[in-house]
Amino acid sequence: MPVITYRDALHDALREEMQRDDRVFLIGEEVGVYNGAYKVSKGLLEEFGEMRVVDTPITELGFAGLGVGSAMVGLRPIVEFMTWNFALLALDQVVNAAAKMLYMSGGQYNIPIVFRGPNGAALQLGAQHSQAWESWLAHIPGLKVITPGTPYDAKGMLKSAIRDENPVCVLEGEMLYNTRGEVPDGEYLIPLGKADLKREGEHCSIITNGKMVLVALQAADQLAKDGIRVDVVDLRTVRPMDVEAIGESVKKTNRAVVLEEGWEIAGIGAQVVDYIQRDCFDYLDAPVVRVHQADVPMPYAKNLEKAAKPDAAKTIAAVRKVMYLD
Amino acid sequence: MATKKKSDSKADAALYHELLHSMLLQRRFEERAAEAYALGKIGGFCHLYIGQEAVSTGTQSALRSDDYVITTYRDHGQALVRGVPPRAVMAELFGRVDGCVHGKGGSMHMFDSSVNFLGGHGIVGGHIPLATGVGFAIKYRGGDQVCVCYMGEAAVNGGAFHESLNMAGLWKLPVIYVIENNKYGMGTAIERASSIKELYKRGGSYSIADATVDGQDVLAVRETMAEAVERARGEQTASLIEVQTYRYVGHSMSDAASGTYRTKAELEEYEKRDPINLFRAVMQKAGMLTDAEYAKMDEQIKAAVQDAWDFADNSPEPPLEALYEHVLAETASDVLVEA
Repeated sequence: MPVITYRDALHDALREEMQRDDRVFLIGEEVGVYNGAYKVSKGLLEEFGEMRVVDTPITELGFAGLGVGSAMVGLRPIVEFMTWNFALLALDQVVNAAAKMLYMSGGQYNIPIVFRGPNGAALQLGAQHSQAWESWLAHIPGLKVITPGTPYDAKGMLKSAIRDENPVCVLEGEMLYNTRGEVPDGEYLIPLGKADLKREGEHCSIITNGKMVLVALQAADQLAKDGIRVDVVDLRTVRPMDVEAIGESVKKTNRAVVLEEGWEIAGIGAQVVDYIQRDCFDYLDAPVVRVHQADVPMPYAKNLEKAAKPDAAKTIAAVRKVMYLD
Repeated sequence: MATKKKSDSKADAALYHELLHSMLLQRRFEERAAEAYALGKIGGFCHLYIGQEAVSTGTQSALRSDDYVITTYRDHGQALVRGVPPRAVMAELFGRVDGCVHGKGGSMHMFDSSVNFLGGHGIVGGHIPLATGVGFAIKYRGGDQVCVCYMGEAAVNGGAFHESLNMAGLWKLPVIYVIENNKYGMGTAIERASSIKELYKRGGSYSIADATVDGQDVLAVRETMAEAVERARGEQTASLIEVQTYRYVGHSMSDAASGTYRTKAELEEYEKRDPINLFRAVMQKAGMLTDAEYAKMDEQIKAAVQDAWDFADNSPEPPLEALYEHVLAETASDVLVEA
């Protein structure tokens, strides 16, 4: 099977869907002439023209709302945020317009739109460019929120997102764009709302999503050297969340670590833990432990940033804790 | 020539009667909405349109049925003029299942896709980018429709307004932005909120054609709008129209018409230029309307509004299972099948 980058997987998904449906267009900052801030849209302007690959002014609220309005009357926009950090300016359009339109119009206006871009911290970008947004977005009824962690998932899930009749927020990762993985030639789709067991074990479940999937797999490799075999449950979609997959794994291993990129309070992990205590209370052999970003804005200095971020070492420590090994 | 003139004046008379009817329907409807609110039949926020009727009637009379209309939370009048049935608007206000959005929206969120009425929106300025997107979609498809976007004058100070007009000017989108300048953003006079008093001039910042018009004169509003519509259809360019109007009631049902931020004397001064009275006088002077004809029209409209009230009152509340309906749309399974 061909091995390609996460960036190319997203690119191929965009291209295939734009070829398939001429209502689909891409809009955002630097998506056209510049070929995308992270080159995801490379070559698309040339292939599809400037009506379907639209470079915008730096005006997130404006072009996000433009996308929603166009979706009300039959187009299928893909709105690229250069990063989700900038999307905060557009949140009124994502939350108050896109997510609520179908409901408050009594079912008359659904919004088939994709909002996508890199999420979370890269390296030493400081506080304003280093934030994971999934818990904010997952809070909102009317949105779907996906966090593909591998090239294979990125392509199949983005294609499904573009075909979905609802607003779908796609949280990618600057640090993921260059990662590589097997992606089959030709078309395939991955349903939204389905988790994926990325590693199968028996001693503990690591439940995670997005960029942290790679961290969990690193931790799993290390733990395996000590004979500890873990399930790595990749949620893939954080809204709607695959509660069954969480329950299935935890009921098997009886122990869980929940790993997320963002902050602790009201984070995705808090929701996962709630599902676990509801569905798996009698199966647990230890309290669930969470691994997350330190409860501070992201610092710049390399050592402080490292200390703030969740990583494999912290995940391993958490697994050992729930297994009462330390 | 004489024959042509005669047929013209006949057509004029029919049009004028329609315009008067449209304004009077809004007035009588809103008067009864105020009454229903006082009786507790309508809840939440409720922003009435009394005094501004010539804006909706004049502007929308220049549109085609396949054009698009989007507006703010002061949307009852706009919905009625666009053709949403009074029964459906009143039932929505009453929170009933036969409302135009089945009780999910209320006063601020009227929608009707059958007449391209893209809704009442509750965040000041938040819907302006949506209108820009509708204009983008029209251009994308190569159509000759227009999108009309109403906003209060207070919205022009927010970022959404500027971001939208910039893109509409930059990309030449067929959107007509209509500022309903009723002088007060809630209780704040526009002079206390905007560095520029002539709001239409802001169009010039974005290479957008601008105009200002007396919003109490329905014919003037219609004429100004018709010019903007022609520009939008022909050249696919945007316009910004500032319509000078006034609301005769409070910002919403929760504040008095005058007393705090404006005086009774000021209100009474503006009431002398009531758009309905002004137009009625024009028609009477032209021999198009007698007192008896006006009284008959008024009676019929009052009966229609009473009918809407009765319909709303008798419409059931939404079933509880509707609570979870329309959060997400179904995606057809055939588009998700792997090729």
